[in-house]
Amino acid sequence: MSDLVLLRNIENPDAPEIAVYESSGGYEGLRIVLRDFAPDQVIEAVKSSSLRGRGGAGFPTGMKWSFVPKDSGKPHYLCCNADEGEPGTFKDRILMERDPHQLIEGMVIAAYAIGANTAYLYIRGEYGLSIRQCEQAIAAAYAKGYLGKDILGSGFDLDIHIHKGAGAYICGEETALLESIEGKRGQPKLKPPFPAVAGLYECPTVVNNVETLACLPHLFRRGVEWFTSIGPEDGPGPKLFCFSGQVKRPGVYEVPMGLPLGEMLEVYGGGALSGRFKAAIPGGVSAPMFPESGFDVKMDFSSLAAAGSMLGSAGVIGLDESASIPRVARRITEFFSHESCGKCTPCREGLTWAAKILRRIEAGEGAPGDVAQLDMLCGSIFGKSFCALGDGAAWALGAALKHFRHEFEALIPAQAQPVQEMRLW
Amino acid sequence: MSAATVATIKQALASQVQEAAARYPTKRSAIMPTLELAQQAYGVIDGTTYQAIAELLDVPEIWVFEVASFYTLFDRKEMGRYHLQLCTNVSCMLAGAEELLEELRMHLAAEGPHEGLFSLSAVECLGACDKAPVLMVNADYIEDITPAKLEVLLAALEREAKAAEEGAA
Repeated sequence: MSDLVLLRNIENPDAPEIAVYESSGGYEGLRIVLRDFAPDQVIEAVKSSSLRGRGGAGFPTGMKWSFVPKDSGKPHYLCCNADEGEPGTFKDRILMERDPHQLIEGMVIAAYAIGANTAYLYIRGEYGLSIRQCEQAIAAAYAKGYLGKDILGSGFDLDIHIHKGAGAYICGEETALLESIEGKRGQPKLKPPFPAVAGLYECPTVVNNVETLACLPHLFRRGVEWFTSIGPEDGPGPKLFCFSGQVKRPGVYEVPMGLPLGEMLEVYGGGALSGRFKAAIPGGVSAPMFPESGFDVKMDFSSLAAAGSMLGSAGVIGLDESASIPRVARRITEFFSHESCGKCTPCREGLTWAAKILRRIEAGEGAPGDVAQLDMLCGSIFGKSFCALGDGAAWALGAALKHFRHEFEALIPAQAQPVQEMRLW
Repeated sequence: MSAATVATIKQALASQVQEAAARYPTKRSAIMPTLELAQQAYGVIDGTTYQAIAELLDVPEIWVFEVASFYTLFDRKEMGRYHLQLCTNVSCMLAGAEELLEELRMHLAAEGPHEGLFSLSAVECLGACDKAPVLMVNADYIEDITPAKLEVLLAALEREAKAAEEGAA
């Protein structure tokens, strides 16, 4: 495929070298921005590109930037969220390992737009190679005048520092990420105030995902019109999808958004590992799964939202006929229970109980009423937890219960006695 | 670790901590990088470490403990020479990670006195789901693990550890 954008350097082992990156048009976008655009014009261009965030929530990037006050009198910060941890997702790692300058260039453009002279790149601690590649790329960018004082003679200054995560999924939530950089436990904070107004160190802050920032150099080198010509109108641009689970060709692929889920799984994922697909998770484990009958859903922000799920982190997990949905649901719920930061009761307690019930069902020790109990728990968590972690957990479990209820019920022994009513709170 | 005191930790880490702290407007922000430095140097984070870091950064000791106890990559108990962290999340589980975990547990239990050689943890998604199941050995990713590959790997690590011990003796 010759029209790759984000992955255009993926097969070139020398792409992390700055000279190689420059020879593929690297840092041209930044040059154009600093020469031809005032910061406000950068924000306007990103707004008109309809670029939406690639981290999970899909929020319009230009609009997020426009919330940063112009005259706050405080320093502004850009934070890049590279705390990739949504199960089924590994695109940001590939971008950082194979083409780190693409991200660094995007960060400089974003920082210029929002008036930030300091940026933090928050990379999860397990991503050792990503950290090393970004450290080297940052050093090379300083040496070439793409970072530091008076970048390319524009008068704009920027320092980028890497902050390493230490094994907490919740730090991918933007307010938790900021708490973590401040040296605290990664627990989400109440919004408002939104980070754009009072974020890192109570200063105006923008948090953007790796892939979102990696789009920017291309957007400015090739223009808004080019950008909006790729994929669907209300959320266009190049997009990475991660395929894993029971698919024949797992990996990261750059695919136009808007293709049906089933077609993507066949064409890019290579089809089911054994027999047919039974279900698929479209956007990391927080995104509700679709049974095979729902595989005609289009893989873009709006279509997935309308179908009751989300594009999320675009981590597509294929589940074939051999997969046990109660087992998958148990593992997803255990994950969220483990990663719950403990701040709010619905998430902390609700997920603990849900995981216990799911383990009991899987072990053949379920009782009549257990599935209804899980329904009740989902309802007590969704919309009532402090942040999106609890919501995502309940949403994902709810979809498994809805589409594959018979699998859960079939595991409950016919002669089992109902357990005594549980009073949770 | 037993030899380290608050004073020796402070002395050993002082310049690196200063460098880390310079990246942030507040000293509190340097708690995570400092914990990492301490772990690299001493292998484990304990009460002496908290006190040393608190004094180095001039922050309350409780702030250091809060952070160390929240993030799973900070080891508050001694780990073996090789910390095996097997991802058991969905994509790895579908590729047999839970069965591998059982095998690993049995292997390590059966081999007897592994004291200090291996520590085993089941962990959440490591972001290499296309190469499932994935195992981290200390900081390195080992991908596409199979039972046969695991056996070869453990034997190689045991040989490596033995050679290192003999070399040191």
